[in-house]
Amino acid sequence: MKNYGVFDIIGPTMIGPSSSHTAGAVRIGKIARSLVDDSFFKVSFHLHGSFAKTYKGHGTDRALVGGILGMNPYDERIKSSFDIAEKNNIQIEFIEDDLGYVHPNTVKIVFQYKEKDNYYIIGSSIGGGNILITNINGNEVEFSGNYPTILVKYNDRKGSISRISSILSNNDINIATMKVSRKEKIATMLIELDSPIENKIINKISLLDEIIYITGINSIER
Amino acid sequence: MFNKGSELLKLCKDNDKKISEIVIKSEMESSDITYDELMNKMKEVLKTMDKSANSALNKEIISVSKISGGNAKKIENYKDNGKTISGDLINSAMAKALSTSEINASMGKIVAAPTAGASGILPSALLTVKEKFNLSDENLIHGLFAAAGIGEIVSKNATVSGAEGGCQAECGVASAMAAAAIVELVGGDVESSFHAASFALINIMGLVCDPIAGLVEFPCALRNASGVANALISADLAMAGIKSIVPFDEVVDAMYKVGKAMPESLRETALGGIAATFTGNEIKKRFE
Repeated sequence: MKNYGVFDIIGPTMIGPSSSHTAGAVRIGKIARSLVDDSFFKVSFHLHGSFAKTYKGHGTDRALVGGILGMNPYDERIKSSFDIAEKNNIQIEFIEDDLGYVHPNTVKIVFQYKEKDNYYIIGSSIGGGNILITNINGNEVEFSGNYPTILVKYNDRKGSISRISSILSNNDINIATMKVSRKEKIATMLIELDSPIENKIINKISLLDEIIYITGINSIER
Repeated sequence: MFNKGSELLKLCKDNDKKISEIVIKSEMESSDITYDELMNKMKEVLKTMDKSANSALNKEIISVSKISGGNAKKIENYKDNGKTISGDLINSAMAKALSTSEINASMGKIVAAPTAGASGILPSALLTVKEKFNLSDENLIHGLFAAAGIGEIVSKNATVSGAEGGCQAECGVASAMAAAAIVELVGGDVESSFHAASFALINIMGLVCDPIAGLVEFPCALRNASGVANALISADLAMAGIKSIVPFDEVVDAMYKVGKAMPESLRETALGGIAATFTGNEIKKRFE
């Protein structure tokens, strides 16, 4: 039996009309923004399934734009996010797309830069404002954004997991969940933590020889 | 801790406490939060609810999709003209429920209770009773905890998702939460709160979820208006001393089974009921 608290029932406080089409969309956008360099000049949203069919009526478009502008799901400016994006000189584009065998409420957010390559994030809104991020620029991942999360790609070597986890435990950080997968010689590790991520932890891990890429994402408010 | 209605009832009786008091104590223990923090958090919730329930009464609010809106103001004006059929209280309650639903559909701020689709019912029910009985905000905050207790039990043992259980699981549960809270607020005993919650669920058992074009507007807003009426009359039935022959836990179980038995077309897919009418399909085409 799943446990529920008072504010799971009376809550979240959110911008309507739908927890999966607006609140979840804001959270995907906000997580995506926290993963990229914010010098982008244009953002393309590739909408799949139910997102593609109903995004205008549900305001999913404004919610996604609010998210990439850094807004929370209860921010009353979401309604006017298009105007705010325009004022910040960010171009916005929506494309109805088929992203393959994914959840019906899925979006691929492509950030475009003048001086460097595009960067994309794919995420799904899976109900009640809950989300799953499934791809970060070609790296398949799966995390909810409910916990502070560290994503690490590294050359697989003996002892890597213990080296990374000891950095966390030495800094008094508890690991909530950990997933490790490997493609050829490159391993991907997703660690969800019980406490917020500080930059110094990310820096420490990145100093390990085998690390190819590391990013930390703090949890996104509901 | 309580998982069933019977357990919550027993905790209330053994400790001579109200539903809200047990829910508050249980939440403080499970979330490791102080009494004051908890009260302040719920105070913010009530503030948002109060605003959403009143914002569309004097101003026409139109939805993002532009298929609905302005009805809260219509019923508010109609009530003020003094010629209603069902009286000021019911009409005022319907106006407030529609107000929150319209704020929700226009991308305004609301509190899901238990969902965004059913968010109009609980605020309207409590605010309506507040006016009639001159209750304080503190009273209403306690009412919200009592309502949450009922919602927790349904969530644990059944569902509050329209996609899983139809509208009975959203608007039905919201009405049940509201009915139980109202009974506590007007001084009814704990058993009567559970009877009221049972009546609210029984009254709309089997209600399908069939939003036109999948949008949380029509018939959702209407069902928030009828949902608050359901909450108020269910509370009255219980306060009159009428008892639900079938206990609350069994009613919840029945609601869950009815939801499971519903075809998918009637569970938020917009493929059945009002959504699948000729007009419903015509409106849907505008968004394709």
